[in-house]
Amino acid sequence: MKSMNIMVVGVGGQGTLLTSRIIGKTALNNGYDVKLSEVHGMAQRGGSVVTFVRFGDKVSEPVVEEGSADILISFERLEALRYAHYLKKDGVIVVNDCRIDPMTVVIGVAEYPENVIETLQKEHKVYTIDGIGIAKELGNSKVLNSVVLGLGAKIIGFDKKDWLQVIEKTVPQKTVEINEKAFLKGYGE
Amino acid sequence: MEEKIIMLGNEAIARGAYEAGVKVSSAYPGTPSTEISENLAKYQEVYTEWAPNEKVAVEVAIGASISGVRSLACMKHVGLNVASDPLYTFSYTGVNGGSVIVVADDPGLASSQNEQDTRMIARSAHIPLIEASDSNEAKNFIKFAYELSEKYDTPVIFRTTTKLSHSQGIVELSERQEIPDKNYERSVPKYVMMPASAMKRHVVVEERENRLEKDCSSFPINSVVYNDRKIGFITSGIPYQYVKEVFPNASILKLGIINPLPKKLIEEFVNGVDTVYVVEELEPVIEEQVKSWGLNVIGKEIFTRQGEYSANLIKKALLKVDEQAFEKKDAPMRPPILCPGCPHRSVFSVLNKLKIHAAGDIGCYTLGAVAPLSVIDTTICMGASISVLHGIEKGKGKDFIKNWVAVIGDSTFLHTGVNSLINMVYNKATGTVIILDNRTTGMTGHQDHAGTGKTLKGEETYAINMATLCKAIGVPNVIEINAFDVVNLEKTIKESVNGDTLTVIIAKAPCALLKGQKFPYKCVSDNEKCKKCGMCLKIGCPAITKQKDGTVKIDDTMCNGCGLCMSYCKFGAIEKVER
Repeated sequence: MKSMNIMVVGVGGQGTLLTSRIIGKTALNNGYDVKLSEVHGMAQRGGSVVTFVRFGDKVSEPVVEEGSADILISFERLEALRYAHYLKKDGVIVVNDCRIDPMTVVIGVAEYPENVIETLQKEHKVYTIDGIGIAKELGNSKVLNSVVLGLGAKIIGFDKKDWLQVIEKTVPQKTVEINEKAFLKGYGE
Repeated sequence: MEEKIIMLGNEAIARGAYEAGVKVSSAYPGTPSTEISENLAKYQEVYTEWAPNEKVAVEVAIGASISGVRSLACMKHVGLNVASDPLYTFSYTGVNGGSVIVVADDPGLASSQNEQDTRMIARSAHIPLIEASDSNEAKNFIKFAYELSEKYDTPVIFRTTTKLSHSQGIVELSERQEIPDKNYERSVPKYVMMPASAMKRHVVVEERENRLEKDCSSFPINSVVYNDRKIGFITSGIPYQYVKEVFPNASILKLGIINPLPKKLIEEFVNGVDTVYVVEELEPVIEEQVKSWGLNVIGKEIFTRQGEYSANLIKKALLKVDEQAFEKKDAPMRPPILCPGCPHRSVFSVLNKLKIHAAGDIGCYTLGAVAPLSVIDTTICMGASISVLHGIEKGKGKDFIKNWVAVIGDSTFLHTGVNSLINMVYNKATGTVIILDNRTTGMTGHQDHAGTGKTLKGEETYAINMATLCKAIGVPNVIEINAFDVVNLEKTIKESVNGDTLTVIIAKAPCALLKGQKFPYKCVSDNEKCKKCGMCLKIGCPAITKQKDGTVKIDDTMCNGCGLCMSYCKFGAIEKVER
């Protein structure tokens, strides 16, 4: 299999790193060679965060290059816009329909673009989900990443039980149940 | 045991050290090297510690090696500058138990103040340097590094870069090797580096490097694959993966040892392939040496010295193709910022209000340089804030620094800041130093230090008291203050900068991300009372945004409940409610 290239992007603190690790482990358990690239340190502090997951028969570089992403999973609208050019021609976007103003917007030196989803839809297939709304309904806004991952998982493939097995082993023990529920909501169940 | 798991490069480095039978490891946190020590600490068989700085860490590794066990020191590239003093002489003494120094370079500056290349330092210190290109290799090459260290009686530098340290790949695990401790024997000619013995050891160093250069062409950590003989690449580390991605069928010489270079192997390769490119991030370390041997290769003529490489970069340089399907869209920048509830924001909001300049240091608080806080004027290296402020005073006189302070974190202060403070006391400084004491090493992900009362292994220990330390070295005026008490902070800072007495203000409040540090309430704005003045927006809290009508909204999932915004609202339009 030619490698599958996935990007998980968002705002520092939203759980991009954990999400990409879950995707990586699920691919590993399905027998693929896997590489992931993460962001640590200063860039994590509320900044724009991008992580890469690649899997296939044999993967060389750990990053997804511009023009080569199959799936872009974004936890925030503006971040989807920022990285959309990484997609290949028929690549798809999964986006959490929420807005977090960057400091440049808060202090008035930049404007948050209008109609981000519509702009993206002109060139790409876009799946949206109200991750925060669903997560709040479940009782913990932090599990928004599992909701969004659920939708992404449906597009990536693999068996549902493979995903749940990895979630169980990866998220903090106390939050396994709510994360699994959140995942299934996103997955469409 | 043959288990395959997915591991972060840094985790694999730690695993390699564990499997190699390492007994002692010392380090100071620094992106992208921090996770090595955090992962190694999980193995009971290995003693691991956070040292106050990298010089101490290397010296601890030297001591452990001399005692006869395998030792490790880990740091980021700029940490090696701090540790250079012991490093250069460690090259002379050589080892007893094998010793490896892991240094993580940061091409692309993910979280650093410069892009220096550790390979240059290895050359000048005459220490062998090894590099791996994925997690599994990292684990195995670390083990090889220990064999090399003991066989050639030398410390070995294992160089990693951000993309290796912070990428994950599949690793095959093995059992830990039980390495018997070596005897310690007193040896003045080997371990006491006074001129007479050092002169003789210098000869040994040169002989060792010559021997290594002859031998290293057959080291198993190098690999040569001949395919298409028209085009070939000499590369190492992560750039190998980029080359492989673009040219899966080219001839590739992948170097595992970079210092010294395997001359014979390189000569054979260059003579066996029509056109050879050298692909290396940062400095032309391989290229310049290969060219000096009269061999024809292409390198920095087409590749940059700056930043991280990528497959696209190689593709553009060599194939002149660009496979991007879509244009990059305009999107407002989202730079990193201080977290909601960060105590640094509180101190900076006061400095901003008082229009005070700050000589800054290395840590999260560097983010105070950007708008809207805009208070940091300088960032150089660990500990420099205090000495830079002192230099400004000595340059322009004490009146010039009436609107200046130095700001430094607790971990950074204990790293090298304390030396600079001793200098201020000794040389009659009048400045104001603010220690931002948030009880952790924040930027690198919350590591303990000598002031927190916990070791890397999670054991309770003595916690250095910052105020007592400052008083002990003779600071005449030491004031401890709650970092969120903006009224008291403002008064104290004003008095201190206007006075002529050297003052240390210790602004205390734990990092907002530490466990259990969330306040039991959250802030809510009352849009009836809001006069749209924008004062609360000036503190740069990411939880507060301006709405279309000019009033503000506080995001309840982001708000930490610190209440700083309330302190700046003159109209009582923000209140705390229970969470």
